[in-house]
Amino acid sequence: MSLLRSPAGRAGRRSGDRGHTPPARRDPPAPLPATARTGPVGWAHDLLLGMRFAAGGGREGWIRTALTAVGVALGVAVLLLGTSVPTLMDSWHGREKARENLGQLHPPAPADDTILYASTNTVFHGEQIRGRLIRPDGAHPPVPPGIDRLPGPGRMMVSPALKELLDAPGSALLRARLDYEVAGVIRAEGLRGPAELTYYAGSATLNSPRAYRIDHFGKEYEPRPMQAPTVLLVVMTCVALLMPVMVFLGTSVRYGNERRERRLAALRLVGADVPTTRRIASGEALFGSLLGLAGGAGLFLGGRQFASVVTLWDVNVFPADIAPSPLAAALIAVLVPAVSVVVTLFAQRGITVEPLGVVRHRPPVRRRLWWRVLLPLVGALLLVPMSAEQAWTDTPLNTLRLTAGSVLLLFGVTALLPWLVDAVVGRLRGGPVPWQLATRRLQLNSGSATRAVSGITVALAGAIAIQMLLTGMKTGYADAYAQSARERPDAGIMGSVDSWQQAERALTALRATPGVTDVRGTVDASFGELGHARPDDRFGSLAIGSCAELRKLAALPSCRDGDVFRTGFDAKGKNFTPGMAIDLNPQFMADLPASPRPWKIPPDIPTARLLSPGFGPGNHSYDLLATPSAIDLARFDHPFMDLEVNYDHADPDTVERIRNSAARVDPTMYEHSEVDNPHDAQISGVRDGLFFGSVVVLLLIGAGLVISTVEQLHERRRLLSALDAIGTRRATLGWSVLWQTAIPVALGLGLALGCGLALGSLLLAMIDSAVMVDWAVVVGMTGVGGVVILFVTALSLPPLWRMMRPEGLRTE
Amino acid sequence: MTPDGSLLSAEGLHKTYGATPALDGADFSIHPGEVVAVMGPSGSGKSTLLHCLAGIIQPDSGTVRYGPHTLTGLTDVQRSALRRSDFGFVFQFGQLVPELTCLENVALPLRLNGVKRKDAERQARTWLERLEVETVGGQRPGEVSGGQGQRVAVARALATAPRVVFADEPTGALDSLNGERVMSLLTDAARDTNAAVVLVTHEARVAAYSDREIVVRDGRVKDMLAGLI
Amino acid sequence: MSIGHTLLGLLESGPRHGYDLKRAFDEHFGHDRPLHYGQVYSTMSRLLKHGLVEVDGVEAGAGPERKRYAITDAGVTDVAQWLARPEKPEPYLQSTLYTKVVLALLTGRNAAELLDTQRTEHLRLMRGLTERKRGGDLADQLICDHALFHLEADLRWLELTAARLDRLAEAVRT
Repeated sequence: MSLLRSPAGRAGRRSGDRGHTPPARRDPPAPLPATARTGPVGWAHDLLLGMRFAAGGGREGWIRTALTAVGVALGVAVLLLGTSVPTLMDSWHGREKARENLGQLHPPAPADDTILYASTNTVFHGEQIRGRLIRPDGAHPPVPPGIDRLPGPGRMMVSPALKELLDAPGSALLRARLDYEVAGVIRAEGLRGPAELTYYAGSATLNSPRAYRIDHFGKEYEPRPMQAPTVLLVVMTCVALLMPVMVFLGTSVRYGNERRERRLAALRLVGADVPTTRRIASGEALFGSLLGLAGGAGLFLGGRQFASVVTLWDVNVFPADIAPSPLAAALIAVLVPAVSVVVTLFAQRGITVEPLGVVRHRPPVRRRLWWRVLLPLVGALLLVPMSAEQAWTDTPLNTLRLTAGSVLLLFGVTALLPWLVDAVVGRLRGGPVPWQLATRRLQLNSGSATRAVSGITVALAGAIAIQMLLTGMKTGYADAYAQSARERPDAGIMGSVDSWQQAERALTALRATPGVTDVRGTVDASFGELGHARPDDRFGSLAIGSCAELRKLAALPSCRDGDVFRTGFDAKGKNFTPGMAIDLNPQFMADLPASPRPWKIPPDIPTARLLSPGFGPGNHSYDLLATPSAIDLARFDHPFMDLEVNYDHADPDTVERIRNSAARVDPTMYEHSEVDNPHDAQISGVRDGLFFGSVVVLLLIGAGLVISTVEQLHERRRLLSALDAIGTRRATLGWSVLWQTAIPVALGLGLALGCGLALGSLLLAMIDSAVMVDWAVVVGMTGVGGVVILFVTALSLPPLWRMMRPEGLRTE
Repeated sequence: MTPDGSLLSAEGLHKTYGATPALDGADFSIHPGEVVAVMGPSGSGKSTLLHCLAGIIQPDSGTVRYGPHTLTGLTDVQRSALRRSDFGFVFQFGQLVPELTCLENVALPLRLNGVKRKDAERQARTWLERLEVETVGGQRPGEVSGGQGQRVAVARALATAPRVVFADEPTGALDSLNGERVMSLLTDAARDTNAAVVLVTHEARVAAYSDREIVVRDGRVKDMLAGLI
Repeated sequence: MSIGHTLLGLLESGPRHGYDLKRAFDEHFGHDRPLHYGQVYSTMSRLLKHGLVEVDGVEAGAGPERKRYAITDAGVTDVAQWLARPEKPEPYLQSTLYTKVVLALLTGRNAAELLDTQRTEHLRLMRGLTERKRGGDLADQLICDHALFHLEADLRWLELTAARLDRLAEAVRT
């Protein structure tokens, strides 16, 4: 009142001050006050007034404000996380780049500031451990980031996570393998992430060719471009998590709309004009979203503390790595509150708040189908050609097409849902009383329920598509591993050798390892045709082994130490004939100076047929086979032993013991078998994260549905009491609440399944994977949807029954 | 059962809301076909008495008898069943389900009683005709006038052929003409079916449609007929 | 309106001189028509004759205005009966009803009783009118409605007065 009187009052006083009119008992009617306060001050005043309403709305008002805030907070947190990804990857890659040196093109000569450096990566119980052996050449060796001094011989610096793993009770085999004294802990700047397992160990015996010489740490590191499935995954996850959050944001600022409209009508009655009410309504929404902004920042800062324990797709980072760029953070801080205001104003389009209530300008519009179909159709049109193309290529255009296509497809679902609900519900007639009550209510007003459900729909459709993608990828990897397990021996180990005796020792050590059933191994070396102008065109391979080992490769007519055999394997057209002179130190690059070590193939060399000739796993393509005394192994360039071990899988520690035996022979031996499928863990991590995210989103949307349902019940408490009076069973009304939620949710689920399966199939086709439906996921997600229905109904029943009490009939 | 052949009777009803006594030893009785007006100042306990008589709420003490039943001894489920089958209700406003058509609203109590939809709606239609609102059957309550809506409510109260109709300020939201019409249709229909009507009102002109009136004052009932004899 | 019953009721709170009686009457009920002394004395002599009041005492310099009257037991009973008897419902009853309500409150009686009794009497007539209206033609309906609305107006006014005076009862009694 005072708000409106004051301008008139002021005007009146002014005219009085002029003194032309005698003081009257009442001011004469003043000229009309200006239509409304305008300008920034007026704006701010109205917004503040709205914020006061939001803050002073009593318990129910607070619950609504809190819910809006939670929705906004979630959206803000997800947005902040999303915009942190580039900085996160930068610092992750940056630390990797600073600490590594994969070898220098022109190896330095031994000097005071050079070291020999070798990789001793290993696997323990499926966990990758990065290991580096170091042997300084002088007194001033380079030191990698994170440690102050290089560990001395027999000592090692370990990452905190590795220290913890070594100290764990089940790690006896690992302690035996990394048989160094722990000299210190690597600081954070030397680690990719807090959970990384890595160590630097000092060695007194490390030598070439096992190790290479470097004079600094740090490399020109270009991160490998992400592979197609990973790009798809990242894009899809962002879309699938952000869209429902946006939908939730959109719905959450509408909570308490009817009450708000009544309040605004009351303001109109005392003279506020329409733009003022709009601004006040915006102020109310602004309050919740500002709270949400603060909450989201808090959620983000608190949540990133958990980054240390989370490993997604092998990426594990420090909390401080997760930081959005200042520009992105500023944009979020400005845009999110702005969006909430825009949504509020958008929600008010088509209605005018009049002093005696809300006037809706148009009768509820018939929902038109064509543009709703157009959205997903355009999305599909963008995606289909991409899935028909041969293979995914990672270009910006493709990423854009993929994102746009997925967003349109998913957004199309939310656009289709209201139409679908209207179309289906409009056709429902009759049925039992609860069903009739529910369908009639939806026929009259399905808007609020549908809005909330569309969030569920996007979340589920996205989740189903991603789960399909993951399952497809996982199955692809699993198939590959299963195939290699069939074709290859269980474990393969390679390592540099100087003499056959070394290989013999490794064979013996492995054979003596408990659980090992069979070990086979030779030393492999390469040779070229002596004097050939293009030596890289004509080179062959040779296996050196005892007669017993060679017999496992080929059918030997007879064998004594000193014998050499030719296999006649000639797949590439190169033909090493008896009596030919070959070079045991071939240069594979024509412009490098050659230092040939000639050897002559004996003219009377016998032929031994390979048992399984060919390329690929389990096959052999040796040109020559030799027994240890036939050629001096040291004359070859980089000969290496190739050992294959079969073992009993019943005991999971057998493979660890095999690794220990190999490490004892030579820690730089390299296990090239793929015993542990790392992708299962990668995919499971993402799946768990995604599932958790979906459940949180669904629960939030469920909470929103509960609020709107209870709000609706609250507004009809008198009717509910009257229905109770005429003897309506509680169950009847309870069922009607259930149906009222279940019908839109079920339609949403159906739509989500259809869209999710379609999108998932397109994505799978895009990565050239077989399209298969993971029914467990479909059933799981449908189950979650069902749980939401029950959750909403169960939480709505107590208020329903409370409102059915006869107190609602009392007019006083 | 009932001492004087009455259809519904109550003795010594007490009901307290918080610290405020709403009923403080109220007695009541009504015979079949009788229309009894319940009058009294606002806040005197009129509505509470009606709710106790109809078994919508349980009194703290005292008994309500309906025919052979002691209402106050029945469970909530039994009382609900009785309200569905034997009682009808008209309130001042807010009683029609806004989403259902008027016809469906009238058919609602029948359907709650297990009558098939077709039959329920056929019966409902005759009641709408009887209350002169057959034209609004297909419209929703929000689309009809207050007088029409209240006639629909009366039709709904009578649709199950109840033995007692409870009307709480049935004309409270209506103008005189509509109020009179609703009252005369309600009492005529009740007389024809020999139903008793408990009519809570503060308007003498509405009370004049009753056969006798009682006055509730401070939670006690004064039977003006008994007082005069 | 019965002046006799009114004056009797005023005496219930204690003996008064004739002059006091007139003043009390004028104060409570005589807004538009103050009482003449003559009316007081003629009424008092009639009440004396029926034994409803008695002369409580005469002061020195006795003129008629010096007599002090007191109510007898018969007088109290008479007032009670009068208050409890509903007035025949007819238009323009308000002065009588008002007097009754005020007197009931002045004499510490329950105005609600009076109201309920009167309402029953009104309703009896209104039921008859309603019945006639339901069976009658348009003219009947219009005539009956006219009477019904007047009767209802009386009742409403009575209820409102009783409710208001109830709240003022304390003040009136002191």
